[in-house]
Amino acid sequence: MAAEKMVQADGLLGWVDRRFPLISLYKTHLSEYYAPKNFNFFYFFGSLAMLVLVLQIVTGIFLTMHYKPDASLNSAGIPVAFASVEYIMREVPFGWLIRYMHSTGASAFFVVVYLHMFRGLIYGSYREPRELIWIFGCLIFLCLMAEAFFGYLLPWGQMSYWGAQVIVNLFAAVPFIGPDLAIWIRGDFVVGDATLNRFFAFHVIALPLVLLGLVAAHIIALHEVGSNNPDGVEIKTKKDSNGIPLDGIPFHPYYTVHDIVGFAGFGILFFAVVFFAPELGGYFLEFNNFVPADPLVTPSHIAPVWYFTPYYSMLRAATDVFMWVMVASAGLGALAFFRMSGNSLVKLAGVASMVVLAVLFRVFDAKFWGVVVMGGAVLVMFALPWLDKSPVKSIRQRPGWQKWLYGIFVVNFFVLGYLGVLPPTPAGTLISQIGTVYYFAFFALMPIWTSMGDYQPVPERVQFQPH
Amino acid sequence: MSSSTSKPSGPLLGLSSAVTQGESFDMQPPSEPTRRNWIIACGAVGAGAAAAVAVPLLGSMAPSEKARSAGAPVEVDIADIPAGGVKIVEWRGKPVWVVRRTPEMVQGLEALNGQLADPNSDRTDYPVPAYAKNVHRSIKPELLVTVGICTHLGCSPVSKFETGEPSGIAVDWPGGFFCPCHGSTFDIAGRVFANKPAPDNLEVPRHMYLSDSRIVIGQDEQGEA
Repeated sequence: MAAEKMVQADGLLGWVDRRFPLISLYKTHLSEYYAPKNFNFFYFFGSLAMLVLVLQIVTGIFLTMHYKPDASLNSAGIPVAFASVEYIMREVPFGWLIRYMHSTGASAFFVVVYLHMFRGLIYGSYREPRELIWIFGCLIFLCLMAEAFFGYLLPWGQMSYWGAQVIVNLFAAVPFIGPDLAIWIRGDFVVGDATLNRFFAFHVIALPLVLLGLVAAHIIALHEVGSNNPDGVEIKTKKDSNGIPLDGIPFHPYYTVHDIVGFAGFGILFFAVVFFAPELGGYFLEFNNFVPADPLVTPSHIAPVWYFTPYYSMLRAATDVFMWVMVASAGLGALAFFRMSGNSLVKLAGVASMVVLAVLFRVFDAKFWGVVVMGGAVLVMFALPWLDKSPVKSIRQRPGWQKWLYGIFVVNFFVLGYLGVLPPTPAGTLISQIGTVYYFAFFALMPIWTSMGDYQPVPERVQFQPH
Repeated sequence: MSSSTSKPSGPLLGLSSAVTQGESFDMQPPSEPTRRNWIIACGAVGAGAAAAVAVPLLGSMAPSEKARSAGAPVEVDIADIPAGGVKIVEWRGKPVWVVRRTPEMVQGLEALNGQLADPNSDRTDYPVPAYAKNVHRSIKPELLVTVGICTHLGCSPVSKFETGEPSGIAVDWPGGFFCPCHGSTFDIAGRVFANKPAPDNLEVPRHMYLSDSRIVIGQDEQGEA
């Protein structure tokens, strides 16, 4: 049992604190949470992600006051859901502003989260003892993707409709149960009113609840082990006589003030988009989504919103010919297991599963494997803490050639993203196939390439020059 | 914590931490084995109840009776479709194309077999009615009835009947359908070309002729689809 706590505060604070651990929570998470003092630019994006989450929840609440998830046609022959969004845009006071903040917020969320993930990737923030923070983060990313996907159906435009049609049909590619699964998800034989209503329910209540829970878990886990930093130095190993890390500064007031600067900078960019380019040339709001959903006509070119396009490219890369590349990769995997030293049972199981996989690559359709590749591209990130075998955390101590691998990984991700926006072409498909191979090889071969090369020693203390 | 217990079985279900810290209890959890059994039993009943509640909740997401009954067959007047023309009708919320092909279009089909993934419609994911399991995939050679939904991920392909360069697809394009989403191509009988994302030919729904100028989609002599 917890020891009897000493409440020194009096007045209202004392009254509350005798009934609720207010002061100790404040100390644990703010005034006595010591974060490394050498955070750089990339450390803005965690708090910015929180800001955008709050923004999305608040604007979302006000949008639900006017939005109607109804696919039936009104007296003018326009779907009610589509018309209600236009009503928000044209007739609700400030409706246009709230809606554009929400739609721009969706893209901003992914900008911020991708940069946050990139930070974690290059500075090794996923390494022991921060594996769970990373895993909670991956779950948040998955949840966010689902949230964005469900939300995108709600305006009930052509892109909403056909995007949902394509993604729900991904589930139909699952062998054996697929078609029934897709019908169950849609609640109908095609995307329709039932689908719109349930996507609304997922978007406004189910996933936000999960998201908030995961964010809480992410932060609790972070505050348990403490933040990493660009040098990958564990600041808790060097403490002063009071047990405070020598390279740590209390989160409040140092990083609260620091993050407010980040909020201001972000706000300038965010509202520049909201006020002057809310569609951002068709990247944030696709032009075809200003046309009401028509179940009989697919737009001549459909593509997901920009934040899904790297994965969409990988989906499109899985053609019949590409499956032979997959078979070859499984063969190499089998060879790797065969040459592995150690437990022969593990070896046998590894070889056998790789051979089975190679056979399945040809048994099931390329369509199904396209879905697996797309899902696997996200799921592979969960394994990152165990794939990286390097003796250091941060990219700063890695050999120069490894920095090139990271650089190519980032460029590759952008190329895949760009190709995913374009209509399919033979050259584009070939490039996205190469890109897909690189993406997966980066992770699959990580245990090998992180075991190679000369690493610089991790510094004793963080590198920091006060201004 | 378990090292302090003399019994080999360790603490279970978090109960022992409360028990071991209680002063009046013996330090060997559980003091009565039946208590543990009750916890297991309660947990099992609780899990069973949760599973039972999940059945109606998840079941409610299946298509409603209203959605199920919306699948009635539709009648189509085909007299006004010109040669080389398409009529799009809605059946079960999906676009169905009724295409009146020219004799040249039908003649060219046989020659394409080598380039197709499944020229004889042998795959069974979208079973082809026996009367359409032929090279033109239809009852009457000129009139194609097919669901205009790509078998890849459900986009609706577009008609690209002009051949060759002007189609914008390929110089040797024989005319057919093109899916804008992921680039699958189908010939004028809805047969998918090889090495494209779509695995199957376009679905041919059950249909039959009521007269020379009327067909019904979703129903044939064997019954409703």
